[in-house]
Amino acid sequence: MMFDYVSFLQNLSNGVLIGGVYALIGVGLTLVFGVMKIINFAHGDFVILGMYCAVLLNSLLGWDPYLSLLVAMPLGFMAGALLQRLVLSRLMEAPPESSLLVTLGLALVIGNILLLTFGAEPKSVNVSYASSTVSLGKVSFSIILLLAGLATMVVIAGLYTVLNHTELGRAIRATADNRLGAELVGINTRWIEAVVFGIGMALAVTAGVVLIPLLFATPTFSGAIFTLKAFVVTVLGGLGNIGAAIAGGLLLGVVEVMGASYLTSDYRDAYGLLVFLLILLLRPEGLFGKTVKRV
Amino acid sequence: MSDQADNVLSVQNVDLGYGSLKVVFDASLTVKSGELVGLIGGNGSGKSTILRAVSGMIKPWKGTIHFDGQEVSGRKPHEMARLGLAHVPMGRQLFGNMTVHDNLLLGASLPAARDRRDENLEKVLTLFPDLKKYAREKAVQLSGGQQQMVAIARGLMLGPKMILLDEPSLGLSPLLVKDVMAAIRRVADTGMPILLVEQNVKQVLQVSDRAYVLENGYQVLDGPSSALQGNEMIKKAYLGL
Repeated sequence: MMFDYVSFLQNLSNGVLIGGVYALIGVGLTLVFGVMKIINFAHGDFVILGMYCAVLLNSLLGWDPYLSLLVAMPLGFMAGALLQRLVLSRLMEAPPESSLLVTLGLALVIGNILLLTFGAEPKSVNVSYASSTVSLGKVSFSIILLLAGLATMVVIAGLYTVLNHTELGRAIRATADNRLGAELVGINTRWIEAVVFGIGMALAVTAGVVLIPLLFATPTFSGAIFTLKAFVVTVLGGLGNIGAAIAGGLLLGVVEVMGASYLTSDYRDAYGLLVFLLILLLRPEGLFGKTVKRV
Repeated sequence: MSDQADNVLSVQNVDLGYGSLKVVFDASLTVKSGELVGLIGGNGSGKSTILRAVSGMIKPWKGTIHFDGQEVSGRKPHEMARLGLAHVPMGRQLFGNMTVHDNLLLGASLPAARDRRDENLEKVLTLFPDLKKYAREKAVQLSGGQQQMVAIARGLMLGPKMILLDEPSLGLSPLLVKDVMAAIRRVADTGMPILLVEQNVKQVLQVSDRAYVLENGYQVLDGPSSALQGNEMIKKAYLGL
């Protein structure tokens, strides 16, 4: 049998597009880790919050899910900044495991508030163009996947510009690099942390919104899955490195889609974890982490 | 108290300590405008504690600290920075993975300094011309001596009224210590008041105008550095003569 290039390219493009969304989720997690040195176990639940934001605006006002980004992104930023000021800032002097407990607790609270509000049945938003495609040769691209990929690219490019070409970005990088040094030059690091957590949450809800035409949202279950994916993405690349998180996200997307297509789709979520284990076994520092020779 | 007016920094009869442990007893020192003043002594002599009180990390138990004409004891470090005190910390605390250029710009993070950033950058690069060569390199790739220059230059980017230098010679080879001390002298010669806290007594006495010597929390000596260099006790205890 001849190798089917068309279906291979098809799977590759689907994998890259969905991987872009994973990258978006992972970038938020890795940015927060880089500056605050905490792993946010509620990150996946922020993604779900974005999904339900689109569901709510669609059912109440009939909004197109992509339109709800205009509300979800600023709201996500503000909610994140507020959460940092009111909850996480109290953990500054606390031992590291307390941030694990607090963010895990946050995940439970968010999941159960959603369960109480929306009920347990999976929700999605149907758009009229859900099954439309654009063809390039024999490969066809789903419109909603293309929009997801496009939104991801725009948001990540925006983040890159902020981090590398603005005063705020320089202050964020300085705080991630050396907190004491940042305080000594007069940077208000508590303010920077609030901004960074806000950005992390805004990225997560953005990912949720662009995923809702593709996936169902469930209140308490899918949050943990997205947190796990974000974790895989960031550790694949090396924690705290944004470029690496993007590469990790794309890799995870491609692995999942290829696995689902060529093996069996029942284990779609497992393929990512399998590759994750393999990579950690061979390169414990992550794909792009600095190699540390152990003696 | 006729000379109080030209004191940029004036520490008067302070007792300092941690918890219930007193480590500095009735210390006083002044830095006048344009002066390079050394604060020297061995490990545990209390010099770092005095520096911590001046930069606002601890509050004096007794006594007063005046900076630029205001009573400042108990102010927080970021408030002291706003008042115009640049603190170049022990171990430098540079942004290692960022460029030298970024490190310098970050020195002017406070709003007042931001307004005069370009002007200050030009001044700083005139004082440390070598930094132009390394502008695009990451700070961590520089040698210890060059990193110390970056740390001092970053402090100057604040456009401060005074600089506090904490152990700038720490971890440097003797040759580099000479370079760094010469650079500190150059900064002082621009009229910038400097308080230099150091263990390296010999080098400090060579570049400073005046110095205070601390031992076990007590001020044992002070005076013009040239006079201290000839002091029998200093020769015996610190210079190994």
